[in-house]
Amino acid sequence: MMLELLDYPFMRMALVAALFTGLTAPAIGTYLVQRRLSLLGDGLGHVALTGVALGLLTNVAPLVTAVVVAVLGAILVEALRAWSKTPGDVVLALLFYGGIAGGVLLAGLAGESGAALNSYLFGSIVTISESDLWLVAALGVVVLVLAVGLRPQLFAVCQDEAHARVSGLPVRFYSILIAVLAAVTITVAMRTVGLLLVSALMVVPVATAQQLTRSFRSTHVAAMGLGLVAAVAGVVVSYEVDTQPGPTIVLLALASFVVAALLRTGVLLVRGRRTPEVADA
Amino acid sequence: MTTAEPLTVRGLDVRLDGRPVLAGVDLTVGSGELVALLGANGSGKSTLVKTAVGLLPASGGSVELFGTPLSRFHDHARLGYVPQRSGAAPGVPATVTEVVLSGRLSRRRLMTRPGRADRAAAERAIEQVGMSDLRRRPVAELSGGQHQRVLIARALAGEPELLVMDEPTAGVDRHHTAAIAELVGELTASGTAVLLVAHDLGPVEPFVDRAVVLRDGHVVYDGSCGGVRDDMHHDHAHHAHPKVVDPADVVPTKGVW
Repeated sequence: MMLELLDYPFMRMALVAALFTGLTAPAIGTYLVQRRLSLLGDGLGHVALTGVALGLLTNVAPLVTAVVVAVLGAILVEALRAWSKTPGDVVLALLFYGGIAGGVLLAGLAGESGAALNSYLFGSIVTISESDLWLVAALGVVVLVLAVGLRPQLFAVCQDEAHARVSGLPVRFYSILIAVLAAVTITVAMRTVGLLLVSALMVVPVATAQQLTRSFRSTHVAAMGLGLVAAVAGVVVSYEVDTQPGPTIVLLALASFVVAALLRTGVLLVRGRRTPEVADA
Repeated sequence: MTTAEPLTVRGLDVRLDGRPVLAGVDLTVGSGELVALLGANGSGKSTLVKTAVGLLPASGGSVELFGTPLSRFHDHARLGYVPQRSGAAPGVPATVTEVVLSGRLSRRRLMTRPGRADRAAAERAIEQVGMSDLRRRPVAELSGGQHQRVLIARALAGEPELLVMDEPTAGVDRHHTAAIAELVGELTASGTAVLLVAHDLGPVEPFVDRAVVLRDGHVVYDGSCGGVRDDMHHDHAHHAHPKVVDPADVVPTKGVW
């Protein structure tokens, strides 16, 4: 009966889209968590909303305008962080409110009600078009290649910016790259889990993975695996029990976090608390 | 390869937020030389090393690495840097080996996995600071002193010709401080130039070729260790000069050195 859903072209496309979102969101999300910018995805999601509305207003594909506006937002965030002394959380607040206000305002100008934005806010993976899917796949591949291929560099920049700079790494470029990749990932995930929930898929699998991992590499790989499973399983479950795919995916990811946290607690209880060896004075 | 001194600082002025922190500082570190930079908190030690490695801009004077002005210096593998440990821990776990391997980045190409030479250098550096048993341990689970030793290993892994260390033994216990002092001595004996910011000389003293003392952003002494008087680099209640406070120099934990 599970195979039955593969008979529907829209379900096949939904599964492919889920596969890309599930892999890419934690692939870049790991770096956001490492930099303690977990909510950046959410902030850029709100900015992408302005992009969607701009697409509706100008009759350009919303996915395209969302990518462009979110990328510009990402660059603006890094610029604000680097050149002004605005703290990270204030920058995020600016994004949240600016993005929502811009989105609703532009959608209104386009003669659309808030309802037109709904499918972008919460995702509508089963209505994805073939051209959307190609864009999602192409952007997904770019994000994956860079997020995995540049892992040593991105890791170093997020771990210790000062040391990375002395090592000769172009720290500002990599910081902007991370933000831009996050923006692209968000727009890729817009149709699957929606703009309001995409941040969950960037952060929750990472939090789940690190309950059970000890190295950066294993956390990164495990988070991508967990994201993939949650996204694909979410689409299947939502089809079987007739729920909305976006929230189903996110709730599955959260459920795996609870299981992992319980497992970790169990393991720690069984082993007894690990005592640090020869702690220096 | 140039034969110029690894580090030459001339007439360096640095202002932070408009306030002068360093004024007219001269400093050289030659090959195989261990120079200790001493001074009270707020004297500008950290600002000097951060400017020397390019983390802070100079407002006057010059910094040359291996005879090349800092702005045109791109041979990053020749420079090793041990920053002061920051309080903020990253949000994702990373093992000792992963952190130390990032010390090889200036020698690695993009989109490649670490090669055999990279792994061997990282392993050797971890062994040199006595952390081999803990190399798979997440750094967040280490004590302050152990973490500090990881940062030293990261700099050593790059096999630098000039090693700049900012209070590298802050929080490190006596036993390991002595071991690190020996290690620094061996490095300089094999030709590495070392600039070491220190609070007190301690066990590293026998290996120090020259001590430079900063006070209120000026060099007040440059010579052998024997000539350093305690009152030069320690705070006293009767301190006559108005102090220039450098936020970069305010360290919560004081090193043994």
